[in-house]
Amino acid sequence: MLFFKLFISFLFVTLFSWSTISFPKLTSQVVDEAGIFTSEQKSQLSSLLKKHETNSSNQIVVVTLKSLNGYDISEYGYQLGREWGIGQKGKNNGILLIIAPNDRKVRIEVGYGLEGALTDANSEMIISNIITPYFKKGDYFTGTVRGIDAITETIKGEYSAKPKSDNADTPFMLIIMPIILLLLVFLPKIKIANSDKTKKLPFVGASIGGSIAGLLSWVMLAMPLASVVIGIVVFLLMLFGDFENLDFNSNRNNSGGFGGFSGSSGGGFSGGGFSGGGGSFGGGGASGSW
Amino acid sequence: MKIFGGIIGVLLLIMALVILPRINNVPTLDEKVKTAASTLDSQYKRRADLIPNLVATVKGYASHEKDTLTDVIEARAKATSITLTPEVLSNPEAFKAYEKAQDGLSGALSKLMMVTENYPELKANENFIALQSQLEGTENRIAVARKDYIDAVQPYNLELRTIPGKWVAAIFYPEAEVKQNFTASQTDLATPKVAF
Repeated sequence: MLFFKLFISFLFVTLFSWSTISFPKLTSQVVDEAGIFTSEQKSQLSSLLKKHETNSSNQIVVVTLKSLNGYDISEYGYQLGREWGIGQKGKNNGILLIIAPNDRKVRIEVGYGLEGALTDANSEMIISNIITPYFKKGDYFTGTVRGIDAITETIKGEYSAKPKSDNADTPFMLIIMPIILLLLVFLPKIKIANSDKTKKLPFVGASIGGSIAGLLSWVMLAMPLASVVIGIVVFLLMLFGDFENLDFNSNRNNSGGFGGFSGSSGGGFSGGGFSGGGGSFGGGGASGSW
Repeated sequence: MKIFGGIIGVLLLIMALVILPRINNVPTLDEKVKTAASTLDSQYKRRADLIPNLVATVKGYASHEKDTLTDVIEARAKATSITLTPEVLSNPEAFKAYEKAQDGLSGALSKLMMVTENYPELKANENFIALQSQLEGTENRIAVARKDYIDAVQPYNLELRTIPGKWVAAIFYPEAEVKQNFTASQTDLATPKVAF
């Protein structure tokens, strides 16, 4: 019975997450899906937001939507913020200004890290006193600019931009990984391959070597998947590899396989485009309509 | 002999391959559930903290809504008497009681907010407007935290109930128990609202 219930709730949850909302693509600080800004206004807004981001590291994104597709704007907002990862990782200092002109709804979605500086009551005041009066007149641009000004004024000083020094452990890992791999390949060879038994039972030797390598690397790296890969590589090497003629070529091949996943921890938003810094949202902010 | 050794070797390797990547799953998922639960609990607490002020403000303008106000105060007392501790998470009765108490407070509060519609002076009160936006924000955070909790429990329970994870848990984490989840109520199901 309980199992059945669980199954049902699981179904619900998965259905739920599949039926979720299609989000627009994050292309710049201003995502104007509804097309309410001219390109000049867009670039003006973007540069305003960009400047704020370089000064404070707070990421503010303006997004206009053609339709909410029946979703509540507050429900849409935090999911969009999470999907895009607006705000810096760890600081969660992202803000979304969501405008749905066809639904006549607007929302300020506030990331976890700014909820203290920009309270729900603040957001509410900004929406009802600053933004919606302009929106009522159809002046989306002025309302947005004034709203952004009020937001940035409120969150001033909460965070400051720091020179980028994220992922200090990545270079360390990059250096240490090939060394560990080399050690793991050679150590079992010295200990096991020299005994006569392994010549008779290459499978046992290889699997022991592989297991040891996997375990060791797991303990040292605390990355289960990586260590499984290392274990398999060592196992295969010990089984089929010709250790006497082991040259640098085969080594390079192995470490080449790992380059991929250490690279993935870089990320962030460097380069020309714009992307979220990995911040998260918990439903802070306020909504309004006009 | 050679084949025998080979089979043992392969079995060992398969075991290592199955167990190693999953060995930390149960505690990792467990931590996620606990974090989600404490976030949810603190949002519920935050809502409860708003109520005394709210009740005092409403009382000033709508003193004849005594019953509604008393309902809110009683529901609040019930809701704050239970905390969402890790023990509660794996205790069906306690969890149900928690859910019921919080939902009871949600109901009493929404009734109160409905009543306030009849008092334009109250609705214009600045203090009330601020409280109302805070309450709305908190309800919204609760909805988010509740969904996050549901999403965190689901993989944890799945891990404990499906095969390789079940074995790993039986060997390494015998104390791990399936956690309770919220029964999806109407407010949780994101049914698109029809706007007239």
